[in-house]
Amino acid sequence: MLRRHLLAGAAAGLAARPALAELAGLDPRLPDGTRDVARLGTLPGKGPLIQLSDRPPNYEAPLDAFRTAITPNDRFFVRYHLALIPDMDKLRDWKLEIGGDGAERSVTFTLAQLQRDFPHAEVTAVCQCSGNRRGLFQPHVAGVEWGVGAMGNARWTGVRLRDVLARAGVKQSAIEVAFNGADSGIVQETPDFVKSIPLGKAMHPDTLLAWGMNGQPLPHYNGFPVRVVVPGWTATYWMKHVNAITLLTKPEDGFWMKAAYRVPKGLFPTDLPFASQVTAANEPITQIMVNSLVTNLRDGERVRAAGFEVQGIAWDGGHGIRTVEVSSDGGTSWRAATLGENLGVYAFRPWHMRVVPGHAGPVRLMVRATSNAGQAQATQLVPNPAGYHHNVIQTLEVTAA
Amino acid sequence: MTRNTIRRAAPLALGLALVAGSAMAEDVELRPGAGRELVEQNCNSCHTSAYVQMNSAFLNEAGWTAEVNKMVNVFHAPVPPEDIPRIIAYLTAQYGAR
Repeated sequence: MLRRHLLAGAAAGLAARPALAELAGLDPRLPDGTRDVARLGTLPGKGPLIQLSDRPPNYEAPLDAFRTAITPNDRFFVRYHLALIPDMDKLRDWKLEIGGDGAERSVTFTLAQLQRDFPHAEVTAVCQCSGNRRGLFQPHVAGVEWGVGAMGNARWTGVRLRDVLARAGVKQSAIEVAFNGADSGIVQETPDFVKSIPLGKAMHPDTLLAWGMNGQPLPHYNGFPVRVVVPGWTATYWMKHVNAITLLTKPEDGFWMKAAYRVPKGLFPTDLPFASQVTAANEPITQIMVNSLVTNLRDGERVRAAGFEVQGIAWDGGHGIRTVEVSSDGGTSWRAATLGENLGVYAFRPWHMRVVPGHAGPVRLMVRATSNAGQAQATQLVPNPAGYHHNVIQTLEVTAA
Repeated sequence: MTRNTIRRAAPLALGLALVAGSAMAEDVELRPGAGRELVEQNCNSCHTSAYVQMNSAFLNEAGWTAEVNKMVNVFHAPVPPEDIPRIIAYLTAQYGAR
């Protein structure tokens, strides 16, 4: 089974050819080696994505995937740390085990039981890799060198995690909930990818165990059959193929919590401190920072001097978007863009604005989103060792003619 | 180290390396240089060489040393100790910051 999957992956790799027109849009600020290695690739069930590596599979969405507020399933980014990913046949036998020293009892559910035994819940939320835009860090930081597409916004359908945890019985002493998925490392001793969230976040009514994504089953590489959905928080907690949930009375101390996915303490504001994981120096990355992206124009594009449309999306970690402002004079003056349909506080918020340069020549466009909590995008990069939370105001230079 | 740390049956792991290797031969071929085969042998069972190329060219010798040490000490890549300096030298020479 493993072998069949690998053969399929290899065949996809062989079939992949860089489509230069698409890849011409790769950001020039990415590392040279990233620009050389990136190509348009496909995975089973996926349309063309920008392939950064095919084993483990790391694929980001091209810009055109963000022209709608809901990201299509077949354009949704794929990110794995570890290369041993069960194939669909194996995942169809999926069971979820819940237990731990913070649980009153151990319980096991099949997908059919989850779907039958609990009220269904839905949330539309952005799933964004912590390292989205890492490749744009200057100076560069080692890791998967993502451009802007390691994110997507989907309507997730499932059950509330708190309802399922209640079946196991949450002890007073429980402080964290840890997730493990069916994927693992090739080398047995490689730390398994296990992530935890504070009990408070686990009990939030919007935190789900989801099997549905935009009305369809989760795609294989987005966590089939069930993944954790932690709205407002970065994707590292959204465990794919989740098959074990552990209620903990002590902090999860595996590599992926203790050492990875950390940011300097206090550097990035959050609503809910992850108190059990804070050390003197650092704390886990948690909440998504306010951000925006122009989706219809690329740097260097030609536009009409008589007027052109700027379109994009904005999002944050769960407060929703208050304003998106656009500058066409390099940041001297700003005008509010028109916000589009509101799909909820965790979702991409579309926006658009007409810009009339009135003259030929370069136009320096800048976009700044502000959340309902008053958080605005960063004017300068906030350096941190692992290259997280890149939310610097986007600047594009287009040419009016 | 021995192959017994590789998950599943050894023939399967070998098949994996061969299949991936054939795809990678076209897709991500490491630059020629002393030590290239050590990188392919030791690193490609867990990830393709895209990981190397993607992270270039901005890491200096200290940066590549930190990455290789992380792979060995944290992820437990079964790399013979005598290969480690040669892997670092290759990565620094071919994919290091200029």
